[in-house]
Parts: sequence; structure tokens; C-alpha cells
Amino acid sequence: MSERQPAIPEAAAASDLARTPLYDLHVALGARMVGFAGYAMPVQYSSGIISEHLHTRAQAGLFDVSHMGQAILMGPQASRRLERLVPGDIETLAPGRMRYTQLLDAQGHILDDLMVTRLPDEGGCQCLFLVVNAATKRDDFAHLAAELPGCDLKIFEDRALLALQGPMAAEVLSRHLPSAAGRVVAMPSMSATSLAWNDINLNISRSGYTGEDGFEISIPVAAAQAFTQKLLAEPVVRAIGLGARDSLRLEAGLCLYGHDIDQTTNPVEAGLLWSISKRRREQGGFFGYEHIKRAIEQGPTRRRAGFLLEGKAPAREGADIAKLEGKLIGRLTSGGFAPSLGRPVAMGYVDAASAAPGTQVSLMVRGNPLAAKIVPMPFVPHHYFRGA
Amino acid sequence: MSDTHYTTSHEYIRVDGGEGIIGITDYAQAQLGDVVFVDLPPIGKSLSKGTEAATVESVKAAAEVNAPVSGTVVEVNGALADTPALVNEDPSGEGWFVKIKLADTSELATLMDENAYREFLKTVS
Repeated sequence: MSERQPAIPEAAAASDLARTPLYDLHVALGARMVGFAGYAMPVQYSSGIISEHLHTRAQAGLFDVSHMGQAILMGPQASRRLERLVPGDIETLAPGRMRYTQLLDAQGHILDDLMVTRLPDEGGCQCLFLVVNAATKRDDFAHLAAELPGCDLKIFEDRALLALQGPMAAEVLSRHLPSAAGRVVAMPSMSATSLAWNDINLNISRSGYTGEDGFEISIPVAAAQAFTQKLLAEPVVRAIGLGARDSLRLEAGLCLYGHDIDQTTNPVEAGLLWSISKRRREQGGFFGYEHIKRAIEQGPTRRRAGFLLEGKAPAREGADIAKLEGKLIGRLTSGGFAPSLGRPVAMGYVDAASAAPGTQVSLMVRGNPLAAKIVPMPFVPHHYFRGA
Repeated sequence: MSDTHYTTSHEYIRVDGGEGIIGITDYAQAQLGDVVFVDLPPIGKSLSKGTEAATVESVKAAAEVNAPVSGTVVEVNGALADTPALVNEDPSGEGWFVKIKLADTSELATLMDENAYREFLKTVS
């Protein structure tokens, strides 16, 4: 048996891999560890990806995402300054609110996607908490430091990052933060707050990468394992690996950097225009603005689209997308089995003229055309918290 | 009387008379994770040793199952179409892939027996 095209590439030598603060816990829980972005990460635990995926949608899953980059950008007018590098509306971001945006290059291509949270001001300086992808964090931080000399960039090497996701996440988390239980439960989606757990400072946001309600928790390394074990002791909480993280985000129609978006794609063709506000579309003032403006005005030449396959065979990243008469119109950037639907789904870029939902296409897998049609995303509805 | 032979890529062939049943080992199914689709060859297809006998798709990845020895496909496991998870649940039994008529039984000598495979596993995990 020989694996081809693994969705999560394994690294050459385990000894070269960095470890998150929860490495020993993953091993003790029976995780299969793989190399991902230079880190030894759990791809799955003993019950398997499908079971972990369905558990997260039904109850609550706990993910170690400590490999991601965390930093605080601080300085006078840090929000306005950051807007030169991202098309998102950061200046109007109130303290305690967060936003999804992208770091763009001069061509409007995506260097990374990230979450920006406005923290309370400190000493007259605006503070922005940034969470970026693991594989790109070094380049991202170098880019931020070089382009924003008026700001101070404090990179957190001493904090772990956990994600608690699923319909029971709020109830579980609030039980472990009794003095702030009401606050946790009432937190709106895409908001953030700072709370104490056993005198340990936690930065908690109501956000995630699964399409479910949930939280991301930044916690000092020294307390990470104890806090994780407390949550895992809850019967409804299970540890979830990168395999299910990928299938959950795919069903939710969310982009994976390095696959669905990268340094050859722009936010307009990627279907991320919703993350660029009217003010920023009109005023610009960010890297690649002329390219983004042109893509908005003229329409992109290709678009990211979702595909529902008719059969059971999955189609994966790299598969050609053809019209029924055979004309090639694009290529898949993600694809696999969707456990919540019990069938395969995929996403990829197609010529803008062929991107309408309902379009019948063939996905070419090992020389065979697999029947699929373009459908709106997400494949599985989002269940973000919209207020009680 | 049947006997089972193993490859270094974690396929097995259980030989009975001039025919053999091909599958993947428990180690292989665990590495692969949840199997969601199996692509089987047509009956009558001739397979050479080491070439692709079937494709198995897990949630995580696609993998090729290679023929441990040469032969002609005489039967495929139709149950995998509806229940691909049989590969995970019972890899050495209900989760088999194809049955072939062996072209050259002397090729079996290039494979490992169960004891040798067990020793081999210690070197890979």
C-alpha cells in the first residue's frame, strides 16, 4: 500500500519537528502524530477522523492549535497602520471585537489570512492581537515588523492556543469559568475578552474554524496542559486532530491557506469580498488595492466554487475540473469525504463564466470523470452564536 | 490448506490452491484511517506483481493497494461498495479487496511469512 497525495503531509524526520506544549498529552491520548508546518501534530486519535468530526458537530471538540502564530501589534494608531497591509476594516474595530482579513502583497495576492482582535488600549496605544497560520508565521511577522516600524510587534512564544468547538462548547467553557459564566455564554460571535482561570490570564474569543459555535483560548504555556485536561475530563469534550479540523472546515466552506488561497490568488476570486468593507473598497490604501479594485469592477476571471459529487469516490486537491463536453475550466484546491453529509465534496477555482451554482462538471480522478455539480457554500450550514 | 504472505508495503495475499485473496494488514488500515471508498479492478484484469490492484480512499488520503504477486482478477469484494469501512473493521477477513488466479506461484518466495512480517513491523513503527 502506498499513500499518494496525503492531505496532511508527513515530515521527513520526527526529530526536526517542533512540539506544542500539549505534545505529551497528545501521545498519552493515543494520537497519531504527523509533521505539519514544522510541528509534530495529532492528525487523529484512536477513534478516527469521522468519529471526531461527528462528535464536534454534535457535542464539543478540543483542538490544539498552538502551532499557529500569536502576536500583539501595539502602537499609536496601530489599527490605521495595519490597514496598509490588509483590506479588512481594522480602524472601525472596537475593543473586544475581532475580524477576519488577509495580508496582501502589491499584486493583491494573499500572503496569509489571519484573525485580528482589538484589545483594550494600553497607555494611549492601540493593541491588536493577531493569529496567523503556522506555516507562514515567520514570514508574516517579518513582513509586519518591516512594514510597520512605528509599531511594536510582540510575538508570543509562551502561549498555547486551544479551540473548543461545537454546540456544547459554551456550556462547558462557562462551567470552568464560574465567576464569568454568564459573560462567556453571552459573548457574541467574533468578540473577545480576557478572563482569569485559577489566576491565569486567558484571552478568549468566540470564533473558530469548524462552522460551529465555539471559542479560541490563548493561554500561558505553563497552564495549558492542566486547563486542557480539565476540559477533556468533561464527558462531552473529546480531543480532535488535524484530520477532522480539515474535514470540518471544508464542510464549512472555509479556505485553507496554502491550498484554497495562496500567493497566486486574490480575495475577490476567492469569494472573500465580504471581508472587505465598503469604506475600504472605496478608499483603498492597502497593498494591491489597484488589482483588487479592478477585480471588483470588472469581475474576477475565475472564482472559487464548491462541488458536490454524485458518487462516493472523493476527488482531491489537484484534480482537473472539466465541463461535460470536456473543456477544462479549473482545478480543485481541496476535496475529500464530508462526514456530516456522508459523501464527498470539494472546492476549487473555475472560469468565472462557468461558476454558477447548478453547473454540471466532471472532476478528473485517475483519468476517470467523476460527476459533480457546483453548489453554494457552506456545504453544512454554519451554527455561529447569534445571541440568546 | 491456506497460507498468508506479506509485502513490505503492508499488503497480504492469502493463498489457497492456485488462487489468492489480497487485502491490507491491520497496520495499514490503522495508518490510513477511516476508509470511505474503494476502487476495485474489473474481473479478468491481469495484474503484475507490484502494480496497482485497487485504490483505497480514506478521509485523509488516497492509497494504492499493490498486487503482492502477478495474476488475473477472478473476483472482487462487492461488499466494499456499500461498506468500505469493512477494510478498517476486519482487514484480514471481510475487508479483502480482490481474489486473483496466481500467474507464477514461485513469486510467493519473495514475500514475508507472518513471523517475518511481525518482525518487519517492529522496524517501521
